[in-house]
Amino acid sequence: MAVVAHEANGHQDSHDHHKESFVSKYIFTQDHKMIGKQFLMTAVFMGVVAMLLSTLFRIQIAWPGEGSDFVSFFLGNEWAPGGVMKEDMYLGLVTIHGTIMVFFLLTGGLSGTFSNMLIPLQIGARDMASGFLNMLSYWFFFLSSIIMLASLFVESGPAMSGWTVYPPLSALPQAVSGSGLGMTLWLFSMAIFIASSLIGSLNYIVTVLNLRTKGMTMTKLPLTIWAFFITAIIGVLSFPVLFSAALLLIMDRMAGTSFYLSDIIVGGEMLSQHGGSPLLYQHLFWFLGHPEVYIVLIPALGLSSEVISTNSRKPIFGYRAMIGSILAIAFLSFIVWAHHMFVTGMNPFLGSVFVFTTLLIAIPSAVKVFNYITTLWRGSIIFTPAMLFTIGLVSTFITGGVTGIILADAALDITIHDTYFVVAHFHVVMGLSAVFGMFAGVYHWFPKMFGRMINTRMGYVHFWITIIGAYGVFFPMHFVGLAGAPRRYYNYSVYQDFDVETFNLMLDLNVIITIFAIIAALGQGIFLFNFFYSIFRGPKADQNPWRSNTLEWTTPVEHIHGNWPGELPTVHRWPYDYSKPGAQEDFIPQNVPLKEGEEEH
Amino acid sequence: MVIKLVIIAVIILGVIAIAQLMRVYEISSKLRKNNEAEISTRDNKLNANLMLLFMLAMFGGFIWLMLTYGWTGRGEAASVHGIEIDWLLNLNFIIIIAVFFITNALLFGFAYKYVKRPGVKAFFYPHNNKLEMLWTITPAVVLAVIIILGLKTWNEATSGAKAESIRVELFSKQFDWTARYSGVDNTLGKFDYKVTTDNNELAILTTNTIDTAIQQMENGIMGIKTLEDRLNDEHLMLAPKDRDAMMEDLDRKNNLVRLLYQMKGRHDSRLDAQAWDDFIQKDTLYLCKGKEYEFNFRSKDVIHSAYFPHFRAQMNTVPGMTTRFKFIPIVSTIEMRDKKNDTKFNYALLCNKICGGAHYKMKMMVVVLEESEYKKWEDSKLTETFRDKYFASTVVSVIEEI
Repeated sequence: MAVVAHEANGHQDSHDHHKESFVSKYIFTQDHKMIGKQFLMTAVFMGVVAMLLSTLFRIQIAWPGEGSDFVSFFLGNEWAPGGVMKEDMYLGLVTIHGTIMVFFLLTGGLSGTFSNMLIPLQIGARDMASGFLNMLSYWFFFLSSIIMLASLFVESGPAMSGWTVYPPLSALPQAVSGSGLGMTLWLFSMAIFIASSLIGSLNYIVTVLNLRTKGMTMTKLPLTIWAFFITAIIGVLSFPVLFSAALLLIMDRMAGTSFYLSDIIVGGEMLSQHGGSPLLYQHLFWFLGHPEVYIVLIPALGLSSEVISTNSRKPIFGYRAMIGSILAIAFLSFIVWAHHMFVTGMNPFLGSVFVFTTLLIAIPSAVKVFNYITTLWRGSIIFTPAMLFTIGLVSTFITGGVTGIILADAALDITIHDTYFVVAHFHVVMGLSAVFGMFAGVYHWFPKMFGRMINTRMGYVHFWITIIGAYGVFFPMHFVGLAGAPRRYYNYSVYQDFDVETFNLMLDLNVIITIFAIIAALGQGIFLFNFFYSIFRGPKADQNPWRSNTLEWTTPVEHIHGNWPGELPTVHRWPYDYSKPGAQEDFIPQNVPLKEGEEEH
Repeated sequence: MVIKLVIIAVIILGVIAIAQLMRVYEISSKLRKNNEAEISTRDNKLNANLMLLFMLAMFGGFIWLMLTYGWTGRGEAASVHGIEIDWLLNLNFIIIIAVFFITNALLFGFAYKYVKRPGVKAFFYPHNNKLEMLWTITPAVVLAVIIILGLKTWNEATSGAKAESIRVELFSKQFDWTARYSGVDNTLGKFDYKVTTDNNELAILTTNTIDTAIQQMENGIMGIKTLEDRLNDEHLMLAPKDRDAMMEDLDRKNNLVRLLYQMKGRHDSRLDAQAWDDFIQKDTLYLCKGKEYEFNFRSKDVIHSAYFPHFRAQMNTVPGMTTRFKFIPIVSTIEMRDKKNDTKFNYALLCNKICGGAHYKMKMMVVVLEESEYKKWEDSKLTETFRDKYFASTVVSVIEEI
């Protein structure tokens, strides 16, 4: 609802010839810039909720069984008698934290915000191919967010089977209370979310293919657009598979089918379902689930390519190799899904095929990292907050990426599968990288979105607290995992019975992790304050504050329908002519014609 | 309640304080004509220094963690393939830690070194095919080594068990483990979930157990007969909801009993002998040092995962199918206690796939014995076979009823 509140302020500024009502301009708007902001506001809200949930369960892990006023404040007596959360609620919090972060913040929030905001502006289009579908996409997203949040308040609790919701646990309300109404809401929310994502993705693809301005060939596109374009294609190919997985699960739950169920006795009741396979669900889920990692990551890499080049005042190193590696990653992402299933009972030979394809992804990823590093080399680096977050992204992409090599190796995965090592790995490589990319995007394009500047100093503080907190959380977590701590454990008392030394190690490290997590969470308060304060009170922005080349900075600061007041700009060069020898300024926007005798890069 | 109010008040005051500070800052930056887009040389320099400092702190923190918490907190591997896995894990760690240090050093080092300096222009350097080839081929070569070594270990760990390995079934349900040893013939008796009864939790399939299951399904508590009687009882008032539930239950049971009769028709009673000598072991899993074990995993309700951290072994248990994993324990519990200098240490089998509220408590103790002690324990169990312990009385009672 923050959308409505803040937009009311700028209402008087609208031009009289537009004659738009409040509702058509701020709520059911078809303007891509406004829709982008709606996605951002919703995602920020969802992100705060998911972060809060993680703080709650981190308190339980670090100080098991100790009553906490903070926990009882949010969960109340029903779910946290005496300030100690119940086992079921712990699983519910873990599940909803994962779901919101992966889908609502990093898929809906990241792609939704920046694809909408930047695709038309950077390719030189007046709007998306279909403004109406774009609006529909947001409102489906909004509806699914509401349903997901509502599931937290259901009497039997939210979904409790982990964000992957493997059946039979997620199919049987007798097995865990969250698999009742909470799970039903989860499934319906996700079904609507998938519809939103598909509508959005199709729109992005069509817009990039058809609405590029004169001269904007595919090889003159900024890497951001390449990233959004490929992400949308991955989404269109993989999300329908998740939809079918969810649909079959809905049928198993409601229509008595046996797609995923076979030979089960639960709660003393012998079910007659026979012949289904829980592995089928896992195959379907991860056929989306793995590409999903790249749906989350690729937009962040796209945003950071733009930010790193602008603020190093240097062209991105190896533009074509960057496109090539995105394409290679996207292609490979479809043939690696079963590396999540090495020890699920899948044929071991199949496992070895997936070891091979998975490790191949390291090659294009390494190319990207080295290209980023070379872009910094002999640059003239300006440390805007966006640039700081981009460097943070490259660092976490490396740190999280290398542990992926261990997990992709089936033989090693046997011992660390489903331990905290995995949790640490994907939080660093996917979670942190994507969140850092998103922050970089917000700081960099804030002037374009809101026409005002966001405070830089607070941005610095925010970045340094965040990266220290992030590494402080996830470095120790690798060691907890290597010591053999399974994920989704309410506490580690089990080790107290068998191996006290290991138990103490886990407890010590878990306390460190939780303290850093709380520091990092508080650090986000600085961002939230800065963000909302600057929307209203930040100094007015110049048209091109970062002295950047891409087309969005040629539009007027005041947002208008159609983006450019007159004719659409014509593109003459690639977007990375920074510090070109012979040029006066250290940047040449894309719409500046080549000088006589000037070579294209 | 008071604490809550205080917390809220502190938050509100904090926000107001920051807002006031912001206004002061803004007014001063207006005087300096700073619009946030120009990053001052001082700020650039500050962040460049922080980059270097952060890198050192990060490396320092990582090295401290390595030294304090070691390569792995699980101690040394206690199985044959586990030793190989640990060797491979260490090799992989050496490679990735080297990459981690080098690339992060380059990243933060460049960020520090090439910060904007007045008058110095960036070097226009859009691409270099040779360099790009270099960092495509180098990772590819390193990965080839990792893949080949990894697949070798994987194939050894997951290849079929030898004919003479000891067969043990691990049966999982919310929230405990039960082991079934295959007895003298080293062959596990067949099973089918439909013959589960109170006396036959593991659903072991023999002629008798089928009969018992049919008998219970038809005449037991809430069996078909009782359900039919109740539904037909004119004097019994039933809420529509309860009646529906009962009808559904009846349908299901009729269906199951039909399948049980089919199974009875097909059942080969010669196979019963395979089951009768099996014996069941709860709470503790006893293993013999130096012997290869093939574990057959089953699940009654949801997916669980049999996780033996010390033996570097893990396999999911999946309802509706049997999964397998084999390993050879090579360090007895006593030896491991000496090595770890912890007289209370025990091996453990944990559940490592989310399975419900008490997931974290689902465990079984594992004890590895020397061969002589293992023999003694095994002999003591020979009088507790499936037939003796669980079906001696039932076999009689079924016959009597007929």
